Amino acid sequence: MKKTIIMRKLVNDFAENKDIAKKLRIEEIMPALSKGDEIILDFDGVSGATQSFIHALISDPIRKLKDVAFDNLIYQNTNNDIREIISIVYRYMQESLNMNRDEE
Amino acid sequence: MKIFLSNQGNLRNFKSFVESLDLSDPDKFIISTHDKWVTVHPANLVVAAALAIQAGKENTEIIGNVPETGRYLDRMGLYELTKTPSPFVYHKKEEAGRFVPIKIIKTSEDQSRFITDMIPLLHLSEENAIVVKYIIGELVRNVLEHSFTRNGAIVAAQYYKKTNRVSIGICDTGIGIWKSMNTYWHPKNDIDAIKLALTPGITGTTRREGGTSENAGAGLFFIKSIAKITRNYFVIYSGSAKYTLLKYKKRIKGLPRLYADPNRDPHSETNSMPSFHGTLVAVDLSLDETPEFNYLLSNIGDVYDKAIRERKRAKYRAPKFI
Repeated sequence: MKKTIIMRKLVNDFAENKDIAKKLRIEEIMPALSKGDEIILDFDGVSGATQSFIHALISDPIRKLKDVAFDNLIYQNTNNDIREIISIVYRYMQESLNMNRDEE
Repeated sequence: MKIFLSNQGNLRNFKSFVESLDLSDPDKFIISTHDKWVTVHPANLVVAAALAIQAGKENTEIIGNVPETGRYLDRMGLYELTKTPSPFVYHKKEEAGRFVPIKIIKTSEDQSRFITDMIPLLHLSEENAIVVKYIIGELVRNVLEHSFTRNGAIVAAQYYKKTNRVSIGICDTGIGIWKSMNTYWHPKNDIDAIKLALTPGITGTTRREGGTSENAGAGLFFIKSIAKITRNYFVIYSGSAKYTLLKYKKRIKGLPRLYADPNRDPHSETNSMPSFHGTLVAVDLSLDETPEFNYLLSNIGDVYDKAIRERKRAKYRAPKFI
């Protein structure tokens, strides 16, 4: 199954409220990904986001579900800034995943 | 407590401002000004506002001969936090200017509303507005999440037409950075705590690389990096410590190099300031020097990755040579 989340409805023009990110992660993203569903985060009409917001939204799915999250989390209508921030979070999460795995 | 607002209120002179603070007797707060001319940076204003809120309006006063330029203190809302009536009379129409008066933010909903409402006050282009929203978004969130203050985040901002610069100050009267970092990192003192907080990937909420589900330890590093790339000052004052990122000289061509270790940045630091129970973060942003935000993020992201890889390598076992 596919589920599309319209971010603009939740965060307005600028995504900085981590409480919203956390709620979305816990109530929508994690349950859907755990069932093997695809989640599309649609950023149409969102002009920017903080790294903290994106981290609160997707770091846990990446840490806990790894490939399931990489395969089934899709981003739509992201401008270059948001795309860059999501990419930064992907990179450092994967670096730290390897690191924490090495330590286990 | 006593504070003096001089005629040189900018981040370059922030050290002398802090040195002149008298933080004894927290139940009473007296604000005095230079008698001929007052210039204040939002950083000075939010510290004054934070102390006024802490002491209470009935215990806070502005004394002495406040010059005509002190009108700015009224426009920015400082008089409203004191029992001293404003001596300045002006029509509301005169208020046109590009500034965000002192605002107290206590919840994440307040924060979102504030970020939406303040941008029109500064009349910024969309590209510049994103950077300002980013800085305020991260810094206010830090206060709401980590400072454990009841008084909220105190924010003010000013656009300076002559230098095409936005200055931002955010202050709280919470637990301070040392206490926030101490649970997991045990910094020796306040300045070490500030430097830890500035290091990418280090958060006060865990020792695990990659942070927790809510915190990565990137916020302050991003803001410091934005200030460095745009060749501006960035100041943190918490407890007895103050760290100032010095301005990267304009005559040096090319993009300033970013470092994960705040010790490598040209900076001044001290650990012997009057002990402030809270945290102040202030930054200037030269709009002429601001590259595309995307380019800026990409550079910051690269240094962040490198920092994590270097920490990883530091834990590798070394071969034994004899």
